[in-house]
Amino acid sequence: MLFFSFFKTLTNQTVTIELKNDIRIRGILKSVDQYLNIKLDDVEVLELDKYPHLSSVKNMFIRGSVVRYVMLPRSEVDVGLLEDATRREAANQAGKAR
Amino acid sequence: MERLSLNDNPGNAQQQRNPQQQQQFQQQNALGPGGPQPTPGPPQLPPQMFTTAAQLLDLTDKKLVLVLRDGRKLIGVLRSWDQFANLVLQDTIERIYAGKLYADVPRGIFIVRGENVLLLGEVDLDREDDIPSTVTKASFEEVYELKKKEDDQRKSSDKKRNTELQALGFEPEHSGEILF
Repeated sequence: MLFFSFFKTLTNQTVTIELKNDIRIRGILKSVDQYLNIKLDDVEVLELDKYPHLSSVKNMFIRGSVVRYVMLPRSEVDVGLLEDATRREAANQAGKAR
Repeated sequence: MERLSLNDNPGNAQQQRNPQQQQQFQQQNALGPGGPQPTPGPPQLPPQMFTTAAQLLDLTDKKLVLVLRDGRKLIGVLRSWDQFANLVLQDTIERIYAGKLYADVPRGIFIVRGENVLLLGEVDLDREDDIPSTVTKASFEEVYELKKKEDDQRKSSDKKRNTELQALGFEPEHSGEILF
């Protein structure tokens, strides 16, 4: 659930998402759910001429399972805090497994 | 489910505050009803906003482009869905692209299993007729023939690349899963 919470803190930020089929989409992160499905507003498709079917799309629901990367604004991510939280989550998981 | 916004009550967030904060809260409230409203911590968003259902609710009854994992592009009106993003589309057309050409095929009603969904985009009705000048409409037969040729070409080049990669010890990316 850590990354779900993490993405929730990034709502209303501009992010770029790369899908597993190489499409890159930039937009404002509006919502995310437990599967890391992502809702983007004001989308802009990079290299749009390769993907003409997306030319008139204004907002988008992307299924979490097809996302390869999410590129985030550097200034909005507290890397130290995130590292801490991931370690704590990992420790929790290890504790539960025992 | 009703529509939710940032201004909604975050629900049980009030109960999660620790006793110390609660006390502070009461002290601030003691200033009287005219006093400044306390703003404890960052704004809490209603948890119901972060569900698949809430995301798809906004798209219901809208004209959408649906891209499937096998590369099909369907354009239709979203009528129903569930938490797995299983979808029902009405008045669907399939738009086939090949080279610089495209063609529309009327298809009707679609029930799509969620795992095949790549993305769903809401069509901006003001811009839907602005088809990029890089593609032109053609007859179905013409586009279909061209597409078949393209697909065959891609299949053989993918196969070649994958066998070369496998010989080098690489597992091909998203193997077993078709993605276009």
